Amino acid sequence: MLKLAGLEALILDENSNFINVGERTNVTGSRAFLRMIKEGDFESALEVAREQVEGGAQILDINMDEGMIDGKTAMVRFLNLLAAEPDIARIPVMIDSSKWEIIRAGLKCVQGKCVVNSISLKEGEKVFIEQAREIRRFGAAVIVMAFDEKGQADNYKRRIEICERSYQILVNTVGFPAEDIIFDPNIFPVATGMEEHANNALDFFAATKWIRENLKGVHVSGGVSNVSFSFRGNNKVREAMHSAFLFHATAHGMDMGIVNPSMLEIYSKIEPNLLNHVEDVLLNRRIDATERLLEFAATVSGEVRQHTADLSWRNQSVEKKLAHALIKGIVEFIDQDVEEARLLVEHPIQVIEGPLMDGMNQVGDLFGSGQMFLPQVVKSARVMKKAVAYLLPFIEADKDGKKEAAGKILMATVKGDVHDIGKNIVGVVLACNNYQIIDLGVMVQAQEIIQTAIEQNVDAIGLSGLITPSLDEMVHIAKEMQRAGLTIPLLIGGATTSKVHTAVKIEEHYPSGAVIHVLDASRSVTVVESLLGSKKNEFLSALNIEYSKIREHHAKHQATKQLISLEKARENRLKLTFDENTISTPKFLGTQLHQPNISELIPFIDWTPFFQSWELHGKYPAILEDSVVGKAATKVFEDAQKMIQQLASDNILKCKGVSGIFPANSIGDDIEIYHPKTAELLHKQITLRQQTKKVSGQPNLALADFIAPKSLNIKDYIGAFVVCAGIGIEHYTKLYEDNQDDYNSILVKAIADRLAEAFAEYLHAFIRKDLWAYDPDERLENEALISEKYRGIRPAPGYPACPDHQEKLGIFKLLDASNQIGVSLTETLAMWPASSVSGWYFGHPQAKYFGLGKISEEQVLDVAARKEKAFKDIERWYRSILV
Amino acid sequence: MINAALKHAIEHRILVLDGAMGTMIQRYKLEEIDFREGAFEQHPLPLKGNNDLLSITRPQIIKSIHREYLKAGADIIETNTFSATTIAQADYHLEDAVYQINYQSAKIAKEVTQEFNDKPRFVAGSIGPTNRTASISPDVNDPGFRAINFDQLVVSYTQQIDALIDGGVDILLIETVFDTLNAKAALYACNMVFEKRQSTLPIMVSGTITDQSGRTLTGQTTEAFLISLSHMPLLSIGLNCALGASMMRPYLQVLNEKATFAVSAHPNAGLPNEFGLYDQSPQDMAIQIEQFLQEGLVNIIGGCCGTTPEHIEAITAIAAKYSPRKWKH
Repeated sequence: MLKLAGLEALILDENSNFINVGERTNVTGSRAFLRMIKEGDFESALEVAREQVEGGAQILDINMDEGMIDGKTAMVRFLNLLAAEPDIARIPVMIDSSKWEIIRAGLKCVQGKCVVNSISLKEGEKVFIEQAREIRRFGAAVIVMAFDEKGQADNYKRRIEICERSYQILVNTVGFPAEDIIFDPNIFPVATGMEEHANNALDFFAATKWIRENLKGVHVSGGVSNVSFSFRGNNKVREAMHSAFLFHATAHGMDMGIVNPSMLEIYSKIEPNLLNHVEDVLLNRRIDATERLLEFAATVSGEVRQHTADLSWRNQSVEKKLAHALIKGIVEFIDQDVEEARLLVEHPIQVIEGPLMDGMNQVGDLFGSGQMFLPQVVKSARVMKKAVAYLLPFIEADKDGKKEAAGKILMATVKGDVHDIGKNIVGVVLACNNYQIIDLGVMVQAQEIIQTAIEQNVDAIGLSGLITPSLDEMVHIAKEMQRAGLTIPLLIGGATTSKVHTAVKIEEHYPSGAVIHVLDASRSVTVVESLLGSKKNEFLSALNIEYSKIREHHAKHQATKQLISLEKARENRLKLTFDENTISTPKFLGTQLHQPNISELIPFIDWTPFFQSWELHGKYPAILEDSVVGKAATKVFEDAQKMIQQLASDNILKCKGVSGIFPANSIGDDIEIYHPKTAELLHKQITLRQQTKKVSGQPNLALADFIAPKSLNIKDYIGAFVVCAGIGIEHYTKLYEDNQDDYNSILVKAIADRLAEAFAEYLHAFIRKDLWAYDPDERLENEALISEKYRGIRPAPGYPACPDHQEKLGIFKLLDASNQIGVSLTETLAMWPASSVSGWYFGHPQAKYFGLGKISEEQVLDVAARKEKAFKDIERWYRSILV
Repeated sequence: MINAALKHAIEHRILVLDGAMGTMIQRYKLEEIDFREGAFEQHPLPLKGNNDLLSITRPQIIKSIHREYLKAGADIIETNTFSATTIAQADYHLEDAVYQINYQSAKIAKEVTQEFNDKPRFVAGSIGPTNRTASISPDVNDPGFRAINFDQLVVSYTQQIDALIDGGVDILLIETVFDTLNAKAALYACNMVFEKRQSTLPIMVSGTITDQSGRTLTGQTTEAFLISLSHMPLLSIGLNCALGASMMRPYLQVLNEKATFAVSAHPNAGLPNEFGLYDQSPQDMAIQIEQFLQEGLVNIIGGCCGTTPEHIEAITAIAAKYSPRKWKH
C-alpha cells in the first residue's frame, strides 16, 4: 500500500483506481510552462498547477530540467510558492528531474510525503544506493527507471532484469519499503514506422504484469504521452491512444501514470472505428496497423477537447462572486468582479467596506467553525490584496472618498515572548489589505514600541504573545502607552489572549485609546478596517457596550469568590486630587426648572435603544441598512419621525425637568449635601462601595470618592436632576388604546422614553456648559455625547454604579420634584409618569461610570447603621447585589 | 537502541508522560536574576522567560519539578529543552549556550530519575519546533520566501540532539510539530546523528492540531501528518498542545486506526481561560482522558500546557486501570 501526502493523504492500495499524475507543470513537456518559468511568471505557472488539480490530477509532477533556466532555483521557488496554495498543495508532488541536486533541493521544500522521479542504476550501484538512502531520509517514495549501466531497457527481458536487480538492492541493501517503490518500465512510442518498435506497448504491458506479480508490494508507472509521440498535432488520435493504452496497461497492473487528465478520452466513448485502428497498433495486431492508423488519422479532425472548469459560480450576483472568490482564493476574475462592484457604488471605497468585507467576514466565520484552515485564510487575504490593489487608483482619484489609503500598523511580540508565527500571519493578512506593517519582531520592550509608534506616526499598535506571562506584559504596555499620552488604538492578539482579559484587565489601563481584542488573523482585517475606516465611531461605541457587558458579567461571575472586606475595600478607595483644576465653582447654585420644546430634544435622541424596544437589534443608523431587520427598522423609524413631529406640533405632551447644584463633601462612603446659602445639612447620600477583589493599582470605587472629603476643608459640589417627558402622555395612549391601536400606543411610549433620555442628555450639557459651567467651551456631536466623551457623569439610582433605588428619595426631596414638575415615586420607588429619568451629577474630571458588582452582607449592615434603620427593613433593596 | 525496559513497559502498560514545565516554573515567580546568576550575568539582553536557561542557573528548581512529576507517577519526564536550539535561542543571542543547556538539562533529568527505584523511569529529550516555519512565508509580498530552510534546521537540530544524547537521554521527543517540514528536518538530523554515532535512540513524534479545522498550522490533516513522518521506525506518534483532551479525541482516533507505531497524547489542561490560565482540574482532565483510555486509543499519556503534578497523579491513577492500545508493528 503506497501512502503519500500533500496537505491531505493519498492512499494507493488494491482497491484504488489508477492514480493520475498531472504532467503539465513540466518544462520539458510543455512549452507554455517553460515560457512562464523562463519569464519568471510563476503566477501563471501556479495556475497551470491549479488547472491540473481541478482537472483531476492526484499527484503533481514538477520538472524544471531545461538548459536555459537554473533548474534548482526554479524548483525551490515553485515548490515554496505551491506550499502557499492550499488547493494545490492538497495533493502530493512528484519531484521530477534527471539532476540529483535538483531532486535534493526539492525534497527540502516539501512537508508532505512526495515521490522522487527518478533514480536508476544508470551510474552504477553505489550512486543508486546513496541516492536511495538519502530519499529515504526524507521519507519520499521513489520512481525507479528501468535503466542500468548499459542503458535503457527496451525489451521485455531487459525490463524485468533491471527492475528485479533494482528491487533487490533497494529492499535488501537499503531497506527501502517495497510499497514506496514505483517502477517505470519505459513507455516508448508506437507507430513510428520502425519494425522494432511494433512491440513496444505489448512489452510494456507484459513487463508490468511480471513486475506486479514478482516484485511484491511495488507499483508501476509511466509517462503515457510518449506512446503517441508519432501523432503530435493530432490530439484526437493521441487522446484515443492514451486512453486505450491506459485501459490495457492498468489491466496488466500499471497503477499510476503521468498523463494530462484533461487530455484523456473516456475509453468507452472512443469512436469504435478509431479505437479499432488504435488498438491494432498498440497490441501489434496486424502488420499494416501503423499505415492504416496514419491514413485514418488524416481523416480525423484534430479538434482539442476543451477542458472546462466548473464556472457555475460565475452566474451569481457580484457580491456572491466576490465572496466565492475570497473563500476559494480565486484571483482569476477578481479584477473584473471588483470593477463590476465598483460601478454599482458611489465611492470605490464602498466596495471594500461592503462586499469585500462581507466576504472576509464569511472567511472568518468559516475559519472559526473549522471549515477553513490557515493556509486557506492566507490565500483569501491575497485575493483581497488583488481586489484592493485594483481599487486603489480609483480610491485615490475619488477625491470625495471619505477614507484615505489604508494606514500604518505597528506589530510586536511582547517582551519575554519569542513566538511570532501568529503575528507574522496577521501581518501578512493585513499587508494584503494595503496596510503598511512595521514589524518590530519578538521580545520587544514597551519603550521601543511606544517610541516607534510616535516616530512612525502609526495608526494602530498590535501586540502579540503566546505564553501566559505575555498577558501581564500587555497590561504593562497599555499602562506605559497611557503614561506616554498616546491615543493610538491598541490591538491585542495571540493564543492566550481573550476578549475577557482585554476587556477586564487591559482596557482600563489605557482609557485614552481604544483597546480591541482580535480573535484571529481572519478577523484582523475587519477589525482594523472598522477601526480606521469611516465607521470608526459606531464600531468603537458598539465595542464599548460589548466590553462593558463582558466586564459586568465577569464581575458578577467573580464576585462570589473574590469579595474583600469592607475595611479593605475602603483602604483601597480612589484617592483623587481636589483643587481648582478639578473643582469648578458653579455659576448658579440651587434648583432650577427646565421646560424645553420637543423639537429642542430631538437632536439629543439616541435611537439605538428605541429599536431594542421593538426587539430589533443593531446600532442606529446602520440598523436601517441591515440585511435582516433593515426593512422593519426603517418602517418603524419612519413612523416614529411622523409621530414625533405630531407630538411637537400638538404641544400636548410636555417635557419638564428640575435640576439642582449644591455644595457637598464626602465623609467616608457618604456624601453630605448642604444648603447653598445657609450651609445646613440638607441630605446625607449613602453610596455603596465595590468589594470585588481588584488587581493591584485598581481602586474599589464608591461614588463618594468623586467628592472632596470634608476633612480637606475644600468646598466641593454635587448636582441632581429629575426630568420627565411623559406629562400629558395619557392623552395619546388613551386615544390609541380606545381604537385598539396598540402599535401607535407603544410607539408613543417608546418615543417618550427616548425623549426623557434625550432630555437628560440635553440638561446635562446645559449643566456642564451654562449652570455649573465647568466646561463652557464643550463642543460635542451627538455620537460623542452618546458615548459619554464629556467631563463628569450622571449616575442614576437603579443603574450599575448606584443600584440602590432608595437614593431617588433623596433626589426628590432635594429638588422638591413632585411639586415642581409633577413626577412622583411609587411604593416600589418607580417614577411616575414612566418616561422619567433622575440622577446625580458629578463634575470631577476623573469621575467615571463603574459597575458596583456584588457586595457583602457586612456592607448592608453598615449601610443600615448609617441610615439608622434596621437591617431587615432595608435588606430587600439590596438583595440583587448581595452575594 | 531501544532500552529493553522501555520496550517491555510500552508493550505491557500505558506509560505516563509528565506535565507542563512552563506552568510549574511560573509557580516560582522567578525574576531576571534567576535566569542569569552564575552563567549569563554579563549578557546584554534580558533573559527572563527563557526557561531553558534555568537548567543551568537554577538546576535545583528544575530538578524539583522533575521530582514532583516522578512522584506523581510519570514514567517519562521531558528535559527542559523545548527552546534549546540555536534557532530559538537566536532571539536571545544565546546560540553558544545551546550545547550546555541541552547537556545539563538531560543530565539533571537523568539524575532525578535515578532517585526512583520502584519502576523504570525514562528521560525524553524535548525537541521543540523552533519559532520559525520552513513551510510558511512570513513575508506577505513573497509567499515563496522562507525565514528558515531545511538545511539550517538540520544543523540546529543536530547540535541539540547530540548534546541531549551526550547528557544521557533515553528517548528523543520531537514535539509540538506545527510544520511537518520542521519535524522532517529533525528526523533527518536524528538519522545523521545515529549514523555518525553508530547507535540509535527511540524517537517519539508529537504534532499539534491547531484549531477546529483539525489541521496542523501548515494545513495538514492528521493522516497526512502521520504519513509524512512515518519513514523512521518511531517509538510513538501522537498529538500535544493547543487542544484539551476531549477536543483531541477525534484526531487520536485517526492515529489509533492508521498508525503502525505506539500512539501518544499530551493534551493541555483544557483551553486557556480568559486570562490565559489553564484551569481544568486534574479530575476533569482525568475524566476526559479516561474516555480515550477506555477506547484503547493511546499507549502514552501525559499533559501539556497548564498540567501539573496533580494532573499527572490523577492521570497515572486512571492509566493504571486500562490496558494499552494494541497496534500492528
